[in-house]
Amino acid sequence: MPQPRILILRAPGTNCDAETAFAFQTAGGAPDVLHLNRLLESPQLAADYQVLCIPGGFSYGDDVAAGRIFANQIRHHLAQVMQDFREAGKLVLGICNGFQVLVKSGLLDTDDQTGPAASLAWNDSHQFLDRWVHLRADSSKCVFLADTERLFLPIAHAEGKFVVRDQQTLDQLDQAGQLVLRYTPGEDEATDFNPNGSAGHVAGMCDKSGRVFGLMPHPERFIDPTHHPQWTRLPAQAEGQGLAIFRNAVRYFS
Amino acid sequence: MLWEIDIHPRQDLPDHEARRVLADAAEIGILDSLTVSSARGFLVEGPTLEASQADQLAAELLADGMVERTVAAPIGDQSLLASPAGDGSQDATLIHVLLKPGVMDPVAQSAETAARDFGLSIDAIRTIRKYWISGVDEKQLQTLGSRILANDAIEQLVVGPLPFDRLQLGSKYDFELKTVQLADLDKQGLAKLSREGQLYLQLAEMETIQSYYTDLGRDPTDIELETIAQTWSEHCSHKTLAGRIAYRDENGERKFENMLKETIFDATQQLRARWGDNDWCVSVFRDNAGIVRFDDQYNIAFKVETHNHPSALEPYGGANTGIGGVIRDTIGTGMGAKPICNTDVFCFAPPDTPTDNLPPGVLNPKQVMRGVVSGVRDYGNRMGIPTVNGAVYFDQRYLGNPLVYCGNVGLIPQEMSFKEPLPGDLIVSVGGRTGRDGIHGATFSSAELTSESESLSGGAVQIGNAIEEKKVLDVLLDIRDRGLYTAITDCGAGGFSSAVGEMGEEIGAEVWLDRAPVKYEGLSYTEIWISEAQERMVISVPEQSWEEVHRLCAAEGVEATVIGKFEPTGRLVLKYGDNVVADLTMDLLHNGRPPVVREANYQPAPIKPLLPSSKANYTDDLEKILGSYNVASKQSIIRQYDHEVQGGSAIKPLVGVAMDGPGDAAVVRPVLDSRRGVVISCGMNPRYGDLDTYHMAASAIDEAMRNCVAVGGDPSRVAILDNFCWGDCEKSETLGSLVRAAIACHDLSLVLETPFISGKDSLNNEFSYVDAEGTKHTIAIPSTLLISAMGQVDDVAKCITMDLKAAGNLLFLVGETKDELGGSHFALVNGLTGGAAPAVDPLMAKQTFASLHGAIQLGLVRSCHDLSEGGLAVAAAEMAFAGGIGAEIELDSMPTGDKPLSAAVRLFSESNTRFLCEVSPEHAAAFERQLGDIPHDCIGRTEVAPRLTITESKEGKPLIEANLDALKAAWQQPLAN
Repeated sequence: MPQPRILILRAPGTNCDAETAFAFQTAGGAPDVLHLNRLLESPQLAADYQVLCIPGGFSYGDDVAAGRIFANQIRHHLAQVMQDFREAGKLVLGICNGFQVLVKSGLLDTDDQTGPAASLAWNDSHQFLDRWVHLRADSSKCVFLADTERLFLPIAHAEGKFVVRDQQTLDQLDQAGQLVLRYTPGEDEATDFNPNGSAGHVAGMCDKSGRVFGLMPHPERFIDPTHHPQWTRLPAQAEGQGLAIFRNAVRYFS
Repeated sequence: MLWEIDIHPRQDLPDHEARRVLADAAEIGILDSLTVSSARGFLVEGPTLEASQADQLAAELLADGMVERTVAAPIGDQSLLASPAGDGSQDATLIHVLLKPGVMDPVAQSAETAARDFGLSIDAIRTIRKYWISGVDEKQLQTLGSRILANDAIEQLVVGPLPFDRLQLGSKYDFELKTVQLADLDKQGLAKLSREGQLYLQLAEMETIQSYYTDLGRDPTDIELETIAQTWSEHCSHKTLAGRIAYRDENGERKFENMLKETIFDATQQLRARWGDNDWCVSVFRDNAGIVRFDDQYNIAFKVETHNHPSALEPYGGANTGIGGVIRDTIGTGMGAKPICNTDVFCFAPPDTPTDNLPPGVLNPKQVMRGVVSGVRDYGNRMGIPTVNGAVYFDQRYLGNPLVYCGNVGLIPQEMSFKEPLPGDLIVSVGGRTGRDGIHGATFSSAELTSESESLSGGAVQIGNAIEEKKVLDVLLDIRDRGLYTAITDCGAGGFSSAVGEMGEEIGAEVWLDRAPVKYEGLSYTEIWISEAQERMVISVPEQSWEEVHRLCAAEGVEATVIGKFEPTGRLVLKYGDNVVADLTMDLLHNGRPPVVREANYQPAPIKPLLPSSKANYTDDLEKILGSYNVASKQSIIRQYDHEVQGGSAIKPLVGVAMDGPGDAAVVRPVLDSRRGVVISCGMNPRYGDLDTYHMAASAIDEAMRNCVAVGGDPSRVAILDNFCWGDCEKSETLGSLVRAAIACHDLSLVLETPFISGKDSLNNEFSYVDAEGTKHTIAIPSTLLISAMGQVDDVAKCITMDLKAAGNLLFLVGETKDELGGSHFALVNGLTGGAAPAVDPLMAKQTFASLHGAIQLGLVRSCHDLSEGGLAVAAAEMAFAGGIGAEIELDSMPTGDKPLSAAVRLFSESNTRFLCEVSPEHAAAFERQLGDIPHDCIGRTEVAPRLTITESKEGKPLIEANLDALKAAWQQPLAN
């Protein structure tokens, strides 16, 4: 199998495209960064790729609400393309702003008859926050999290609080196995392990197929051992923990 | 039809904006009886917009039903006016806050585009905020409105229903050529014209202009006068510091033809000559940023700017456009650099300044700080540029005139480091549209701030739109790599006037002002020319490349417009339609200004002794210094900045076992498949400047270098920038203190072999007001020199951090401690004055940096922290609590040049060129060998017990003894929120 081709979709204000492409490349994929306008002009371009990734940033400034305008572009113009992509057994990854886009475009199977039932809202602190978080992964459902139990990754967002319409929605998503990544206490962390007040401590989730995955933390920011905030205190590592997520995507096609 | 769509927090969720208002109101003493509800809203105008469509926009675009609820109705509808609280506050007063016409509204712009994507016909959208207030009287309501709900500089209040039913979209402009009668004006008349026309030129300059036009036999047009004023402004021409200065100090008199050229630039030129083939400077003091070599492929560019006056009036917008502007500086350097990291340094009045008696026109310092931090955060984060370094400095004298330094580093392919526009090239404006924003920013920054500045110069204040700039950056780097333009520069202060004037200086240019895209109708030709509207770049494009440039920009939604042509005439010709509105020689603009001649005097004050009373225990002093605002943790600010975007973060601003220790410098790896790193650090200490600005400047350079070296930066590859923020330099003592600092920069740079590659000055940082009794007061800022350093490391994996790593290691103090408590934080917290400011022994500093760097490269140092504010005691405390590792230190073995020093001096002296290093016992001998003759001694060891103990000698009683938790709490508490 040749290297899987990765489509990294950027919009005005996307700003993690280069390092995300680098992460996929390091993991053995063949990434291309494409402007959303090109895909809107020629939706058939998507068919050439095995993985579609919406990277982090502030698409359209996150004006109005984070990821909203990009998500509406998908709802209005690319719904069919995305459905075809999913049904072809391909993978979709949304990181940070990409996760906000995936949730708000309904691609994570969170809409029901009455409309969207989950979203990402302002952090409880009502502020942008850059810090590292401990994460617990459920590896059984989501392709991207195969063989992964725990992760330590940075977050950098203002609107990352996972919210649901009601407890029932949360239970249903949980039972469907979609809530695959949660904030969890570190070794000597007591109370503030959930950085934004997310319901169910959810940091990332997948769709019903497990092939569409969105997460607030930035795995592409922990590829190199020197990305770790405490690397000068730790024994030398071979690579960063975030690489596993990209490698899982690439391996899925080999 | 004009619709209003209001968005409220869902009933069961907190109203964050109302909480902010309540908290701010409590700070200025507004009563507990105050109740507030808030909403944000959109005014949407569309000829055929129906209720169902407004509802759809509300539900699918503007609000998130999971956490918000909406009210959509035609403007004026009763449903929009009722208080949402529904708790008996029906008599609440409704206050709307709207941006003033012409102020950038990025959210509205994005919403317009997105709403049209629904297939709806939309004319315009504006954003508003709404507040329902009760429980206050009329006067309090007014205070609340003007000080907490809105900022007059950019916003307006409407009490009660909105009094309009359509959005103003500007009105048509009728061309009328305006000339200014100059010929008959006497000295007084010229001075009046300069002031009232906001030209802020000096009399000699006005007279030069007058005689130029007398010779021509005509009066200048308004736009000609504006162009000259902008080009000759302090902001754009640095006429004071690059002018003739007669300087006198205790060593005698020195005459400068061009002060900067003969001090700071001169040192760099000497170094470059000394290095010959090994010269690693590429472009210094000529482009928008200085450029040095990085690796075989790339160079790096660095620039730091100030945006003080706009930030004083509107902290958010001022800082926002400050960072936006300096980013454009690096994008406009060479053929365009890619921004890779930001640094930001702020100076404010202390946040606990009482707010009940602030001078008129002064904003609450807390509000200033919050606004500035938010402004930098929102722009830097959106641009996707990590903010990795900074500092916040507090002094009462920044009350009316805060300082906002914004810096940016860019990465540029070596072969792209120079530019040259060619005759015949098209002048192309790329990016944002031109509006009535930022008129007179360049000339305004040369004026002293007064309590009336707000009303006088409101036009100079703007809000940025980071996404516009990000789009411009993305497409310009692509166009650059395709070789489609010959030169690029940014539209900064002075707008098109400055950009085109500079680019066309050697050629000549003709500009067609009516072709510039405008945000709304009604702009005069002069407004178009001098508007400082943000997010605009100017490129010079050969005619055959224009079509492709236009296509590439359009493909990414970026507007590019031909606005003129570089014509080999040596003239600047401006046209509006067929009308010539200006015709000036480039020579007049760039060489016609009469030289500014200034006197500068400096007499160092005699050193008075500083005699701390001797005490048995100094733990309390240590905690007070840790809790002083300058030293205290800035974590609450730092974590609002994305410091990891672009994926190259190697040493973060916060380090240690709990990721909250104060790192000395940040390191980023800008090329992801390379190990090479850029080190960013800074140094500044205005308190030393009160004693002697020479030592202040030398100390700032030493501190920036120390920070860089402490993380592993190579001291032989550090480039530095100077940013002078000074008071009114028409006063000879003020200018004298600046010249003295510049001489120190020259001296240190030469010996350390650390070149200055770029710099900037901001003079006239004084605030004046008239008090209730009618007395005029002027507050001058302390002389403030920021030194920003950009270092390099071969391999980021060899970097180290300041947090103690393990128990059982040795602590070495490197560098000599002297009796230098003058301007120290020990003096500050104890209210002591006098003493000597720390001096620098530059030769010793150079050797120390080199030796220590060698030891770090050899892997002999586990952790290293420089000694700065608070001296040894603070450095040891910070290392210990950052690492969660205890330390025991004895003072009797520290290097002092065999001079007897008191315990207070040993603990808290701020002598330069000192480091505290943690070294494992097996590396101790090698470490000492590596340091050789550099003064150093083992002064203690690391311990398991989480406690810091400092004694005079092994047998002595503790001078300092404290648990690390207590020390950390003292350090973290003051600026926790």
